Order: sequence, then C-alpha cells, then structure tokens
Amino acid sequence: MTTPARKFLPDPTPETAPYWDGAKAHELRIQFCTDCQKHFFYPRIFCPTCLSDAVEWRTVSGKGTLLTYVLAARPAPGFENELPYAIAIVKLEEGPHLMTNIVNTELTPANLPAGMAVEVVFEDINEKITLPKFQPAGTGRSS
Amino acid sequence: MARDLRKKVAIIGAAETDMLGAIPNITQLGLHAQAARNAIRDAGIDKSQIDGLACAGESVVAVADYLDIQPRYIDGTSIGGSSFMIHVAHAVLALEAGYCNYVLITHGESGRSRVGRAGFGGGSATIPGQFEMPYGTAGPPNTFTVPIVAHMKKYGTTEEQLASVAVATRAWAARNPRAMMRDLITVEDVMNSRMIAWPVHLLECCLVTDGGGALILTTADRARDFKKPPIYILGTGEGAENMMISSMHDFTESLAFRNSATRAFEQAGIERKDVDHLMLYDAFAHTPMYGLESLGMVGPGESGPFFAAGRSAPGGDLPINTNGGGLSYTHTGMYGMFALQESVRQLRGEAAAQVPNVKISVSHGPAGFFAGAGTVIMTNQA
Repeated sequence: MTTPARKFLPDPTPETAPYWDGAKAHELRIQFCTDCQKHFFYPRIFCPTCLSDAVEWRTVSGKGTLLTYVLAARPAPGFENELPYAIAIVKLEEGPHLMTNIVNTELTPANLPAGMAVEVVFEDINEKITLPKFQPAGTGRSS
Repeated sequence: MARDLRKKVAIIGAAETDMLGAIPNITQLGLHAQAARNAIRDAGIDKSQIDGLACAGESVVAVADYLDIQPRYIDGTSIGGSSFMIHVAHAVLALEAGYCNYVLITHGESGRSRVGRAGFGGGSATIPGQFEMPYGTAGPPNTFTVPIVAHMKKYGTTEEQLASVAVATRAWAARNPRAMMRDLITVEDVMNSRMIAWPVHLLECCLVTDGGGALILTTADRARDFKKPPIYILGTGEGAENMMISSMHDFTESLAFRNSATRAFEQAGIERKDVDHLMLYDAFAHTPMYGLESLGMVGPGESGPFFAAGRSAPGGDLPINTNGGGLSYTHTGMYGMFALQESVRQLRGEAAAQVPNVKISVSHGPAGFFAGAGTVIMTNQA
C-alpha cells in the first residue's frame, strides 16, 4: 500500500459553520425557512426561494435516497487506497440534495441501485472536521 | 447610423448591503446575494421576473445559483473597478433588443475580511470546496458524469446506449483526416475500454489536445463582399444554473441547456424539424444525450434509443458531431469553438464528412460541466 496523499478538506465559513458544528456533533443540520416552510441546502444567508431572513438550523433525520453516483476508478488525492469510491448525490427526506460518499457496503452497480434508501453516518477526520457520509439504510453502523 | 438608444432603459432598483465596513460573518458570495436581495426589495420586483444577471469578481453562475435564479442573459465582463458601468451598457443593448426583460447587476467583495474568497489552488472555503471536493471529486471525469445514473434510473437508459454515442461519433471521425482517433469502434470496444468512473469508460471521455479556432463576424450587408458565402446567425441562447454539479435542480436534464436552447429556437423562429445538422458538445458520451433532449430534438429520455439506432451516425436522419466531436476529433479544453467551426464548414459545403443539403445547423454546448450553456443557430440561406 502506498501512503495516500492528504485529502482535500473543507474550511468552514461563518455561513456554513453550523453545518460543520453539527457534523462534529454527529448531527446533520441544514437550514429551514420559517416563512416558506422549506428546508434548503447548501447553506446561505437567506432563503433562496422567498429571500427571507427567517432561516433557522434544524437537525434532520439523516435519511434519504440515492439519486445518482459514479464509481470513481481514478483517485483524487488521498483516495488512492479506496478505489473505487462512490461520489454520490443523496436526496434527504426533507427535500434538499447533497453530494457525499456511499460507505460501509460493497461498491458495485448491482449493490447500489438508484433510489435505494440510505442514512447518514459520520466520519471524523480531525479535531475540526467531520464529514457526513451515507450508508445503506439499516446498516447499523454509526461511523 | 447607430440605433437611437436614448431613454430606452431605466434603473428601477438600487441598494447596498445591510452593512459596509468590516463584515466578517458574510462571504464574498453572500455579499453579492445580500445586495441583490436588497435591490430586489427596493424595486418591489418578484425574483422570478429577473432573467438577466451580470457581475464581476465572482462567477455569474455562482451568484445565480445562490439566488436560485436561472438567467437567460449573462454578462461576466470582469475587467476591474468599472466593470459595472460596462454591465449597464450591455444591459441597455440586451433590454432594448428584447433579449431579456430585467437585468440584475451585483457587486460584493470581502476585500477587508477576505471571507469565502476563492484562492489560487485552494478554495477550501468556497461552497464547492466545502460540499464537493472533500468527497473526492477530481475534475470532469468523475464529476461532470455524476448525473448519468439518474437518467438511467428514470428512463431506462443503458450503458450500451451511452457507449453508442461514442461509436456513432467515431464513425464520423473515420471520415475526417484531421480527426485524432479514426479507427472504427463497436459498443463492445467501448464497454471493454478502461473504466474511468462507472458508468463511464475511457472511450466515452473526450480527448485532451492542443489546438485553436477563430471566427470573424460582420453585418449581413457587409458580409456579401467577402470571399466565402455568408453564414447567417439565426438565433443564439445562453444559460446558467449551478455552481457545482450537486446543485443541479434535476439530474435528468440541464436547466441551463434548456433555457439556452429555448431562447435560440424562439429567436431563430424555426422548428426543430428544420434542423439539418447538429453539433452537440461531447465532453463525455452523456453530454450530447442531455443536449439532444434539452434542445427538444427528441422527447425526455429518448436520446439513448436515438443514438443506439444510429440516427446521429453517417446515413442517419440527424447527423450529429460530424467532425468526430470532442470524443474523437479534438478537445482542447474549451471545445465549443470547434463545434462552431464544423457547423460553418457544413453550411459552406466544405466539411470532410459533408452532409448533403445542410441549410440550418445548430451548435450547442455546456459551460463548466452543466453550470451554463450556449447555443448558436446558423443558416446559409439569405
């Protein structure tokens, strides 16, 4: 095994810090507009639907469905020992969708049908960053 | 004599950000958006009415996505501090011509606090830097391609149909001595080529080449005085949707594609059936599939069977990517120029793989994965 390069890590901003704080606490928190009653993602300073400032952070269920993905056969830096890896879009049951990796399962097309139920799992990277990832629903692992 | 543009356009909304000075809690992109929101409220306009967007210092697409608007007029002119005056100048032309109805011009800059500014080679505080790159995105092959499986799921599109795009395109390349890859291939060859990012194989990825191209345009009356027959612009379109692949609204179609193509056809005043020849920018095998559907040449989900039946290939009823495309002809990085070049060659009757009786040709392609789009409809008929 070669020593993997360092992975690219996010650098939270004041607008996104609650999301990353939530991940650190192993909670998936996204924004909700109390005016138009919609969740949205990625984080913004106001609601992208109605432009209201009445936005709050809510912990969501972490349950969703797999919308689409690729199985990357060539690595980004740091992914050298994880090939192939699934770069996926998950639609949360609250509505918004986000990019993630699918983990804790065999990564083959047959094992990853689009539309399958998935649930969030948290990968602690360092003292500052935890990345939300997703696994098939009912896998029962917490990280 | 230039057209009289006096008093044709007016400013209806104007506002600044809530605060000025040190604003350490809002990113540069957020400042654009907040100023925009405030101007929208100042004008009392509904956000959905805004169909034009201009800004400098940030990507127009990023600002559009943040506000969740999909402008059909885009001006990213960014030459320095007076870019906004130029945005106004362009907006006057666009508005007066009826190209769009409401243009939003934004400025935001975290010049003091430097929050969320995209840095050189970094960008870990940007939205894509936080919400995509940590998941191993590594350029177009494993990112631009992410939507395909959603198309497969919704429409039953198959890996073999995807592969058939590369097969059809290679058949054109085989007839073009300037094409880089000219050996005929089969669906099996494509499926057996090296896996890049399932469901995409090597032969479904564009080439990486050096090259260039250029065009010269003039007014129709002047154009008659030159050596080659004029190729007239019938319609144009542009589109912007998402700053990253994961913020596409629907992974089975591109809003940017559809908006760009819809405008171009409306402006041209032609029907889809009037198109004789089509250039659909093929960065990957799926790109022309999304293009074909977004242009309305086939219905949603019908592009897979269309390509698999050979309808785009030599002898097919709608010749597509007749130079061999980005997949087999050349792909320098920004291939759109080469699509336009082939449309012109076909309309002049001087293409290597000439299609008989081409009167109308369309060149359409993406910009920044599915972030944006551009469409040009051309004809050789005066």
